[in-house]
Amino acid sequence: MKRSLSALIAGSLLAISFSVLAAGGAIEGVEKQPINVSAIAMFMIFVLATLGITKWAAGKTKTTADFYTAGGGITGFQNGLAIAGDYMSAATLLGITSMVYFKGYDGFVYAVCFFIGWPIILFLMAERLRNLGKFTFADIASYRLDQNRIRTFAAIGSLTVVCFYLIVQMVGAGQLIQLLFGLEYNTAVAVVGILMMVYVTFGGMTATTWVQIIKACLLLGGGITLMLLTLAQFGWSLDNLFTKAIESHKLGEKMMAPGSLMADPVSAFSLSLGLLFGTAGLPHIMMRFFTVPNAKEARKSVFYATGFIGLFFLVTIVLGAAAISIVGTNPAFFDGGQVGGKLIGGNNMPVMHLAKAVGGDVFLGFLSAVAFATILAVVSGLALAGASAISHDLYARVIKKGTATSAQEMKVTRFASVGLGLTAILLGILFKDQNVLFLVALAFGVASSVNFPVLILSMYWKGLTTRGALWGGIAGLVSSVGLVILSPTVWVKILGNKAAIFPYDHPAIVSMTLAFFVTWLLSVTDKSARAANEKDAFEEQYIRAQTGLGASGAHAH
Amino acid sequence: MSQPNIQAKIRSNPRFAELVGKRTRFAIILSLVVLLPYYTFMFIVSTQPQLLATKLTDGGILTIGWPVAAVIIIGGWLLTGVYVSRANGEFDEITAEVLKEASK
Repeated sequence: MKRSLSALIAGSLLAISFSVLAAGGAIEGVEKQPINVSAIAMFMIFVLATLGITKWAAGKTKTTADFYTAGGGITGFQNGLAIAGDYMSAATLLGITSMVYFKGYDGFVYAVCFFIGWPIILFLMAERLRNLGKFTFADIASYRLDQNRIRTFAAIGSLTVVCFYLIVQMVGAGQLIQLLFGLEYNTAVAVVGILMMVYVTFGGMTATTWVQIIKACLLLGGGITLMLLTLAQFGWSLDNLFTKAIESHKLGEKMMAPGSLMADPVSAFSLSLGLLFGTAGLPHIMMRFFTVPNAKEARKSVFYATGFIGLFFLVTIVLGAAAISIVGTNPAFFDGGQVGGKLIGGNNMPVMHLAKAVGGDVFLGFLSAVAFATILAVVSGLALAGASAISHDLYARVIKKGTATSAQEMKVTRFASVGLGLTAILLGILFKDQNVLFLVALAFGVASSVNFPVLILSMYWKGLTTRGALWGGIAGLVSSVGLVILSPTVWVKILGNKAAIFPYDHPAIVSMTLAFFVTWLLSVTDKSARAANEKDAFEEQYIRAQTGLGASGAHAH
Repeated sequence: MSQPNIQAKIRSNPRFAELVGKRTRFAIILSLVVLLPYYTFMFIVSTQPQLLATKLTDGGILTIGWPVAAVIIIGGWLLTGVYVSRANGEFDEITAEVLKEASK
């Protein structure tokens, strides 16, 4: 075990150094940048540090509880940082700053939509999740329902979200890294996939948590430093910053108010529903609630996570607004030196150019390394959630009916992590050069219309039955995936049809409503004996959810 | 003592009903305090954007929309603090009491 870990570490480091050498001689793509030595050096430090942690974590990962939940011994503060780490992806940093850069105030509205789910998760879900769950969200969904069918379905829901999200992250990683580090796309995808496998396979939740914590600190620290460097350039005056921004922005004064992005109320409502409740249905986020010892720490962790995420969003807003005048007027950042033309590296780059403008090459290198680390941390969290759905839900509970030994289950989790890593690399390469934005809508659509309804209803509604949960979930899955396919992004932009059949990019307004309705209808009309038993079992679950009686505690070593 | 017995004791304890009632009310009120302003904000953004374009001060630069969005984020976070302090204090004390009485 130890030897194979060292071999894998050595292998992945070798892969990186080979690819650095190889990339130098390869034919450069249009978007590819020269090798960035300082960025790669800083990233290597991060990799070595996290691999060291993985080795330490591997020594502590002996049981399935260690693997899935770090033995339940993470503190509220640590878990808060790790949740923030799971949620703040490289796409958040690049995407929100870019949106403010191009659209002004609309970017801020978008950030608010991504934030608002967190207080609601705390008020309605956090302590019940902790009190009822053990390893995965399927534990809660199937608590008093049919173990085979509901657990299988919940696991499929988790895996679907994990796969969509993984593709987004892998493609983003490949593009970003070829841009920032000058590595080949396929190499970048392979490096991310291999490192992710190493973290998850050997270090389980302990290593994944610490990778998240380190990454969250780096991302917050890097963002705040960049903000301070930037504000200094404006004499520490926001008035000054915005005056310059208005002068430089093609929208002029209009950038200070809501514009085109949210102009349609139904579309805005659907987007906000999907983001609000989708966040509460992301399996890798929910899994983090089982890593703390009790409901008290679970609540604290959401308090810290919400604070860090909110702070990070506010920082990205300032960065985006500052980039408007600093990046937007500097010919060095545009293709061919044409100010207002195409940004070098594409539309997601304003914050990276800002880093170079105010912090020089070294700071750009640092921020690039942080972005790489961020992707790595997010995919590790996803892979862990996916591996748990396979080994804990499908293998140990559904196939083996709870008779699998801890050692057998651990073996399956490791195979599952490696399998997911390879799948992620393959999908990343398959989806190269594809517009993957719709996959974000898909991930949040499925999370809000499949995972969230069954989860919230199983905790709050006595009348929920297996039949209702199953058909409601299927309705949510089919409608959310179907409507995304018929949406403007996929039906028109990708498939090339003239007009979209479903006018909104986010399906939640229809698919979530449908999922809840079908679940309700088929539950109240379910008069079977099993349904009656399931309703009776709510009492025990309710008392456990409210008081923590019988909840799984921290596991001693 | 058997688990169903403990459960029956918890259920019959008036303090349990008090805990659940208080906590549920508190959670719903706080959710509304977050969601009502948020959806009002989203409604204004998509139908009356000019309201958010009002200048904060005469001749100033910042429009009212920026601090409003910032307040929704900061306020949302502060409310999580309010919930956690009451839940980890008052509510957990009642929970501990209920559990203790039930296991007697």
